[in-house]
Amino acid sequence: MSRGIWQQLAALTPARIGLGRTGSAQTTAETLRFALAHATARDAVHTPFDADKVASDIAALGLATLVADSAADSRQTYLLRPDLGRRLSAEARDRLAAAAAAPIDLALVVGDGLSSSAVHAHASAMVSALLPHIRREGWSLGPVVVARQARVALGDEVGEILNARLVLVLIGERPGLSSPDSLGLYLTHAPRQGRNDGERNCISNIHGAGLSPDIAAFKAAWLMREALARRLTGVALKDESDRTLEAAERPFTLQRPG
Amino acid sequence: MTFRQTIGQRTHLFRDLKDLMAKATPLRSGDQLAGIAATSAEEMVAARMTLADQPLKLFLSEPLVPYETDEVTRLILDRHDAAAFAPIAHFTVGGFRDWLLSEAATTERLAAIAPGVTPEMAAAVSKVMRNQDLIAVARKCRVVTRFRNTIGLPGTMAVRLQPNHPTDDARGIAASIADGLLHGTGDATIGINPASDSLPVLGDLLKLLDELIARFDIPTQGCVLTHVTSSIQLIERGAPVDLVFQSIAGTQDANTSFGIDLAVLQEGLEAGRSLKRGTLGDNVMYFETGQGSALSAGAHHGVDQQTLEARAYAVARAYEPLLVNTVVGFIGPEYLYDGKQIIRAGLEDHFCGKLMGVPLGCDVCYTNHAEADQDDMDTLLTLLGAAGVTYIMGVPGADDVMLNYQSTSFHDQLYIRDVLGLKRAPEFETWLQAQGITGLDGRLLPQGGAPLLAHLTGLAA
Repeated sequence: MSRGIWQQLAALTPARIGLGRTGSAQTTAETLRFALAHATARDAVHTPFDADKVASDIAALGLATLVADSAADSRQTYLLRPDLGRRLSAEARDRLAAAAAAPIDLALVVGDGLSSSAVHAHASAMVSALLPHIRREGWSLGPVVVARQARVALGDEVGEILNARLVLVLIGERPGLSSPDSLGLYLTHAPRQGRNDGERNCISNIHGAGLSPDIAAFKAAWLMREALARRLTGVALKDESDRTLEAAERPFTLQRPG
Repeated sequence: MTFRQTIGQRTHLFRDLKDLMAKATPLRSGDQLAGIAATSAEEMVAARMTLADQPLKLFLSEPLVPYETDEVTRLILDRHDAAAFAPIAHFTVGGFRDWLLSEAATTERLAAIAPGVTPEMAAAVSKVMRNQDLIAVARKCRVVTRFRNTIGLPGTMAVRLQPNHPTDDARGIAASIADGLLHGTGDATIGINPASDSLPVLGDLLKLLDELIARFDIPTQGCVLTHVTSSIQLIERGAPVDLVFQSIAGTQDANTSFGIDLAVLQEGLEAGRSLKRGTLGDNVMYFETGQGSALSAGAHHGVDQQTLEARAYAVARAYEPLLVNTVVGFIGPEYLYDGKQIIRAGLEDHFCGKLMGVPLGCDVCYTNHAEADQDDMDTLLTLLGAAGVTYIMGVPGADDVMLNYQSTSFHDQLYIRDVLGLKRAPEFETWLQAQGITGLDGRLLPQGGAPLLAHLTGLAA
């Protein structure tokens, strides 16, 4: 009976529950399954980022794009020098400055972060899910910046150069064993270099078994509207989009059996 | 004030006290990133020799982070307990180490001096201690805290049950809680890191924990690890908050980057205590820390990351917390590069916290971009168990599917209990036996906890 219950429970979460044990230890099969997942995640960190492909997927949505490098010139440098991943290379800064025109409402940045596979898998779908909200609100956009060896704070410099009221950074999150391809969204009002993490709002865990791009876009749009109205992001802005979301979902909930 | 040490033909110069502290620190990537690490092996030992000769009193007159501009420094110096410090006031850093390791430093004497030990003193002495010294002294320190059970008694180690889910799905969280309780974990807290910072979602998670704890009369406390300002708002809205959580750091600017200051922590403490939900005590705060957080926020003032970490414990102890843990390997390889650095940092953090009278636990952990693996975690877990760590994490299969890192599993805590004979918080141990989950020897019974499992399966259905 116990085995059946644990199969039911295990279906409710990607967490490793109901593993059984031998003495106090995990079984050989589970130990090796874990080792394989770790090996896969280790490999995912070092998968080269295909920025041109991501940029062309986003361009296919009808948006202008610009591929840029951070000041970190290799993966090794990126891992040991986060400060360099938060700044644009001199060359990228010049090109972005040349592309900047009138002030815009929203700058979109797509960065590889710690999982280029997350960006390969979900970035263009995420941008696509954001577009209807952006168009409905009439927000003006600059070129979507696709950045290599990028950290979240790179968006501050991009937003500052593009003279944007908001910057939204789509970035590969540190890969987990069960989700080597998880994307995160970071929203910052009045972006400029030196912003701290307490001044951002985050929506994380966008991947196959996590949040869908549509739900994430809904939450991001809610936050962006509030951020523009209240002229701030960060700890003073709490995400209460779920109330709206629950209301919107109610008819579907009623159709569920039980 | 400059310092110098001559070794053979060479003289090593240290610009000031923080330079000396940084150069004396065992090598780690974060101090290298900050450009403050020793540049040769000899320079590091020269710094340690110089540091060993400095009087402890020096740290009271030479703040490493300016008093005028940093409220953490002001907290440390303004609230320094001179009477508690008196018995050790004559020591140098090296003399302090010798005393700590001697028979004279009993559990009682260590508890008595704790309020007189500043974080800078704790950090300084740790820099001239080997790993075995950090274990031997920490093992003698005793810090006991209470909410609905008693944490930190001799021969015990608690576990935080960490049932995270990538989308905060209540059924998925309940399923992980069921597995954790049936492995005998959860006495430190059942603590959920929410993916969301939405107040309605957080409120629902708090209700889930409250109803479970109430229904089975579990002698433990729930926690949703969200920002302190969210917990305060939730308390105002009538949510059942047991523990008020916050990540903290060792400088004012780093705390600003977390969106907090000391005043808001005080507000959190008062809000948590106002609910009077603790049955055995009113230690209502839960803090997490980690080396590198200040540097990560650009708020390190040229001070090494291990010293700043100890300063975070000075922040913690001002609010009489139930639980404080370093999330030692979470921050990434730019701060602690590999297993060796993570293991050393875990032992330093635990030692400094305990010496300062803080109930220090450890999230024994690493990320997938660090040069570390589960073997390193086994080593650190075993060393911390020997050192008397207050609590560790219990994560299903060691794989946190929300925060994307590896910690210690339900199985790992069984392992360390077996090897070292560590018991749980006594009230929780009694409850597990009454539920038929464990026997009188504390070991898991086959097929134990059927009523609990049936209920949680119902919640998860």
